[in-house]
Amino acid sequence: MTAKENFFKGFIKENPLFVQVLGTCPALAITKSLENAIGMGMALLFVLVFSNLLVSLVTVNPKIRELVMPVRIPVFIVLIASLVVIVEMVMKAFVPVLFETLGVFIPLIVVNCIIFGRAEAFASDHKPLESVIDGAGMALGFTLAIAIMSLVREILGAGTITVWGEAALDLHFLYDFLGIQPIDMFLKPVGAFFTFGFILAVIAAIENAKKAKLAAAAVKGGTK
Amino acid sequence: MELIALAFTAFFIENVLLTQFLGICSFIGVGKKRSSSLGMGLAVIVVIVLAAIVTWTIYNFVMIPLQIEYMRTIVFILVIAALVQMMETLIKKFSPSLYKALGIYLPLITTNCAVLGVALTNIDQSYSFVEMLVYSAAIGFGYLFVMYIYAIIREKLEYNPIPKAFQGVPIAMVVAAILAMIFARFGGII
Repeated sequence: MTAKENFFKGFIKENPLFVQVLGTCPALAITKSLENAIGMGMALLFVLVFSNLLVSLVTVNPKIRELVMPVRIPVFIVLIASLVVIVEMVMKAFVPVLFETLGVFIPLIVVNCIIFGRAEAFASDHKPLESVIDGAGMALGFTLAIAIMSLVREILGAGTITVWGEAALDLHFLYDFLGIQPIDMFLKPVGAFFTFGFILAVIAAIENAKKAKLAAAAVKGGTK
Repeated sequence: MELIALAFTAFFIENVLLTQFLGICSFIGVGKKRSSSLGMGLAVIVVIVLAAIVTWTIYNFVMIPLQIEYMRTIVFILVIAALVQMMETLIKKFSPSLYKALGIYLPLITTNCAVLGVALTNIDQSYSFVEMLVYSAAIGFGYLFVMYIYAIIREKLEYNPIPKAFQGVPIAMVVAAILAMIFARFGGII
């Protein structure tokens, strides 16, 4: 696998949220505005890149690997938790409002399945550089996924797009033009489940259509 | 009276699965069958309450005097992991039949966000010991309740014709959305 493939596989082919269905808790809870999604994505990016790097560093040397592998779960948990504490402190200092909105979901990055999953499935038997690329790709893929979810929810639910703090786009003129109101439901938990379910269904429909096309092409090719 | 209100809020209005979105991974994975949802739910109740007691005590009597509150995430996750491991060993030793019923769910619980989430919420809301107990137990029972209802619906869904694109997780999410809509109405009672 080339470095480029390794980086981009997290975006579509192995998207952690939409394809592997990991990390659903933050994806449902914090996608009320694009700003939240970007903040969460960046926090996850930091933790995932460094956890993959550290995990790969402690397992790359065969001698240390022998020591670490039998007790890898507590070792990985301590590494990940330390990184999360760093993120917590940095966010509390520099983006206190965002930290307050994301609330308990920042410390809960510790138990995010994506991080542990990548440590177990990729970083523990790949070289440090490959692991960093994989971590960055996966975290950005997750950010892309939650950004899509929060765009749907924010546009339909509040009629705005909040990119970062004051940098927001007000779409109310569009609603006024059409003579309708934003649907409040999309900002509630109900909207989170609905949006996620329908996005997954759309992806499944595209996959099915692709498969059907391939099958049809195979049949055509066979009869020739 | 306040405690009843707290329990009601934690059980219905702020239901851990449908409003707070903690423990959704297990909700999607384990909530397929009634028997497994019951086993997981019971195991979660025990672990949430025990973990809440232990973490609350450590935070208030060890971490605050030492002024190391910022270490809570690391300490809590280690406490929970150790607690789950200990429980597994003890149950295996003393009650093999209970181990058979709950055993396979215990390792999953370490990474269940509901446990760590409740432990952190107890601290954030600065609950007293009794409030902490009531809140954690109510959250645990709320988890079991919703999980069981959900499993019943999903078992019935197996026999219904579902559009191909919605099979699996998407329809499960739509069901959860309808359940969330019902639970949101409990907010009008208090």
